[in-house]
Amino acid sequence: MITIDRVTHRYGSTTVLDDVSLELPAGRVTSVIGPNGAGKSTLFSVVSRLLRPSAGRVTVDGLDVTSARDTEVARRLAVLRQDNQVAARLTVLDLVRFGRFPHSGGRLTPECHAKVEEALAWLKLDPLRDRYLDQLSGGQRQRAFIAMVLAQDTDYLLLDEPLNNLDMKHSAAMMSLVRRAVDELGKTAVVVMHDINFASAYSDHIVAMRDGAVVAAGTPAQIMRREVLQDVFDMDIHVQDLNGMRLGIFWTPGAPVPPPSAVDLRDLLAGAAEDLPQRPAQEGEPHTPTQTQTPSPDTVTVGDAR
Amino acid sequence: MTTIAPAPSRDTSPDAPATEQQRLARTRAVVVVLAVLVAAACTAYLLYDVRGSWSYAMDLRTRQLAALLITGAAVGASSLVFQTVAGSRILTPSVMGFDALYMLIQTVIVYTLGSAAFLALTPGQHFLIDALLLTVFGWLLFTWLFRRSSRNLLMLVLVGVVLGSFFASLTSLSSRLLSPDDFLTLQDVMFASFSTADPELLWTAGAVTVLGIAALVPLGRRLDVVALGHDPAVTLGVSFHRTVRITLAVTTLLVAAATALVGPMLFLGLVVANLARQLVPTHRHAVLLPVSILVGVLTCVAGQLVVVHVFDLTTTLSVVVNLVGGLYFLRLLMRTVLL
Repeated sequence: MITIDRVTHRYGSTTVLDDVSLELPAGRVTSVIGPNGAGKSTLFSVVSRLLRPSAGRVTVDGLDVTSARDTEVARRLAVLRQDNQVAARLTVLDLVRFGRFPHSGGRLTPECHAKVEEALAWLKLDPLRDRYLDQLSGGQRQRAFIAMVLAQDTDYLLLDEPLNNLDMKHSAAMMSLVRRAVDELGKTAVVVMHDINFASAYSDHIVAMRDGAVVAAGTPAQIMRREVLQDVFDMDIHVQDLNGMRLGIFWTPGAPVPPPSAVDLRDLLAGAAEDLPQRPAQEGEPHTPTQTQTPSPDTVTVGDAR
Repeated sequence: MTTIAPAPSRDTSPDAPATEQQRLARTRAVVVVLAVLVAAACTAYLLYDVRGSWSYAMDLRTRQLAALLITGAAVGASSLVFQTVAGSRILTPSVMGFDALYMLIQTVIVYTLGSAAFLALTPGQHFLIDALLLTVFGWLLFTWLFRRSSRNLLMLVLVGVVLGSFFASLTSLSSRLLSPDDFLTLQDVMFASFSTADPELLWTAGAVTVLGIAALVPLGRRLDVVALGHDPAVTLGVSFHRTVRITLAVTTLLVAAATALVGPMLFLGLVVANLARQLVPTHRHAVLLPVSILVGVLTCVAGQLVVVHVFDLTTTLSVVVNLVGGLYFLRLLMRTVLL
């Protein structure tokens, strides 16, 4: 379990994290959602030891990450950041082997090689093992980094906006991978993300943040509610139930939305497809609904999560 | 290294990427060829076209060769690891204003002591003063730079350029205040020279270089990780800032020793470290470091051979290196869209 205990962080006089206390359950997928500037990434940096908080502490299974030895923490927590630019020219194999550094200090043991092969096989990267990272597509490179994180063989995986720059297909594949890592390998995953529907579909636990504080935390059913989302995102988001999965329909402000209970999701989507082209695009609208991009709700990507 | 059985799905087309085994074989071949070339160049330097007293020639040439070896090794090793901690292939200590700092120190010494006192210094004293000042100021400069901009590359390059010009302007200002005699004395130390090296100095500089390189060897694996950048290094359990600090301290010491011994060699490190990275297809410092040292030594010895026997000493090694290196630097800048 990751315990965040009264963490506060300030940049100058601006408080970006305000006395955050949280417990992230082990063996689960936890998503951290919230609008831009909510402090998600700062919290992520604090937990992954990239940033020393102004106050408070973070423990991972009782180990204080700020004071513990570097390799000690790296054997428990593996981190994937959203910016994966590497200056050095590396092959996929080189990169994945770096995951073993906390265990071997760079001197690979037979066990290390076995773990590396396992990670490569798990992500179907074997045909690409000798390719240089700059010869890979974005999705393939992302997979290579995940293989590195898995080769690190930690109980905890921290992923900072892994869906950024991925199309829907790759986003769904990415989240299925995270789901599998938790279900099949018994890992604990903490994922920072923007898309509430991906969070709802793939996680067991959602933490919603706003203005440097945790607004709500709980199961997707507890968080995916109109009033909670209104509070977090300052937006009227209607929540639909699709085969037990709760999906938020975010709308351009002011659009005529039928009362949620009165309509079937299919009608809503059909209506959206007709309505959208006539409406001028709104400035600053962060998301287009996932659903409007897929013609039929039967093929909604998030639908085949579990 | 355990070998891994190739998977059946492996790409076997002709333009398939080189396998790990192929890259290892290439690395070994490069190291062997470099070692042979270095040995050949050193032998040629000692034995080629000896005229007059054999023992005099041997004594002089051994000392010159030692100076070349020390410079090549120190510059090769320090530039390579400096690039790693700076996270860029176009940054070396010289590019970041180290040579300009050396010039400034020389000018200030001549200006404050006068050329008589400057010339009265024994080579040992001279070396000590230079090396000490360079180490102290260089280390302050680099740690300050890296703390302020923490690997913001564009910022580092800009600050390096600005500092370089700043030191150069200060140098030119204070050299204008010198008497013509003092100015001539100063001109002598502004260009690297291998022709006469004091044996005592060679021992000191040699010892510093050997110790410095020995200190870098155990850092190798951590430097491999540091090359990934700050965030990945930290999450892989490497104390990034500590490694960078130690590396910068050793680097400063190495460059200071080499520069105090022979004078500034602006683009030597840049050429050498980049050639080393191009020659061997690996990111591992356990390989890159020795290759960079070999390339550095080869460049110095072979370059000096050409200067002595082809150009009949009408030019100097530093002029040749700076000309070739300058062009190479421009090419690197042109090719690297993102700095």
